[in-house]
Amino acid sequence: MQEPDKNPLVLTPEQKRRQRRRNIAIAVVLFALVGIFYAVTVVKMGPNVLNRPF
Amino acid sequence: MLTDMTLASDHMSHAPAAQPSEGEVRDFVALLKPRVMSLVIFTALVGIVRAPDALHPVLAAVSLLCIAIGAGASGALNMWWDADIDAVMTRTRGRPIPAGRIAPGEALAFGLVLSAGAVMVLGLAVNLLAAGLLAFTIFFYSVVYTMWLKRWTAQNIVIGGAAGAFPPMIGWAAVTGHISLESILLFMIIFFWTPPHFWALALLKSDDYARAGVPMLPVVAGADETRRQILIYSVLLAPLGVAPWALGFTGIGYGIASLGLGAMFLILAVRVWRQRQGEPAKTAARQLFAFSILYLFALFAVLLVEAVLPGAA
Repeated sequence: MQEPDKNPLVLTPEQKRRQRRRNIAIAVVLFALVGIFYAVTVVKMGPNVLNRPF
Repeated sequence: MLTDMTLASDHMSHAPAAQPSEGEVRDFVALLKPRVMSLVIFTALVGIVRAPDALHPVLAAVSLLCIAIGAGASGALNMWWDADIDAVMTRTRGRPIPAGRIAPGEALAFGLVLSAGAVMVLGLAVNLLAAGLLAFTIFFYSVVYTMWLKRWTAQNIVIGGAAGAFPPMIGWAAVTGHISLESILLFMIIFFWTPPHFWALALLKSDDYARAGVPMLPVVAGADETRRQILIYSVLLAPLGVAPWALGFTGIGYGIASLGLGAMFLILAVRVWRQRQGEPAKTAARQLFAFSILYLFALFAVLLVEAVLPGAA
């Protein structure tokens, strides 16, 4: 049987601020990646990608 | 079973507590060595622009981004491996890992993920040759130079400098799908530029390198031998810088610029070779180091302008 965690991790306010800023940076990068992948797909496949025969 | 549970409990109670990351966003950016990245971006851009074929601007921009991120990832992996010697050297002890702001494991994961991502995206966006060259560059810098050569031989910067010479070739390969004599020349210019550039710095920082146990040439062979080799590489570099014009790849503007810049490089290298004592020696090394940055930037800037401006070539 697993014992309850005796030392739960508690962040200081400064650590929380840093974590938030890192999370925002990761979110920005992820959105940028979505945009990049979309743009590359459109360029490589052409704008009429949905009009192709299956 | 009671013994197993007791042992497991003991292990849990003695296991190190999870630590939160202390790194700021700017610390992770610092891992990428932004100043090195800027030179990589610039030389890769020249490779892309000078390539004879055309690449869609979106794909060109993505290629440039992948090359930049790949170079940054190499920097992060270098900082992960060299954290111990970075802590000893005054020039590097403020870096995120020796300063305690980022854990080594974080830097390793950061570098590996960015490396894999950059190579994969470059391969999907343009072609496998460019992606393969980028992967090789990252491997060469992180493993061959950082983990093997840097602490083992005084020729570390000569061989390892190849990593910094690949970006224009990768840019060229991204556009054309192959390499060519001109892209090889761009590689060779940076390759032969690297030793005098870094050895000029090493002459000024030899105490730092000695303290860290890094076998840079001034530490292993002495300052006079370093000055001699700086001169030799400068003599090789100057005509190499002119070669793109001599072989008909560029216009007269580049020819004139490369001749002038090469002559100045040689003058400063001779000055380093002749001034061996005291403050004049340090000044000479400092001037050569500073000019070497201008040399490479100016040479590639002229190449870029000639490719972009109609009729400039």
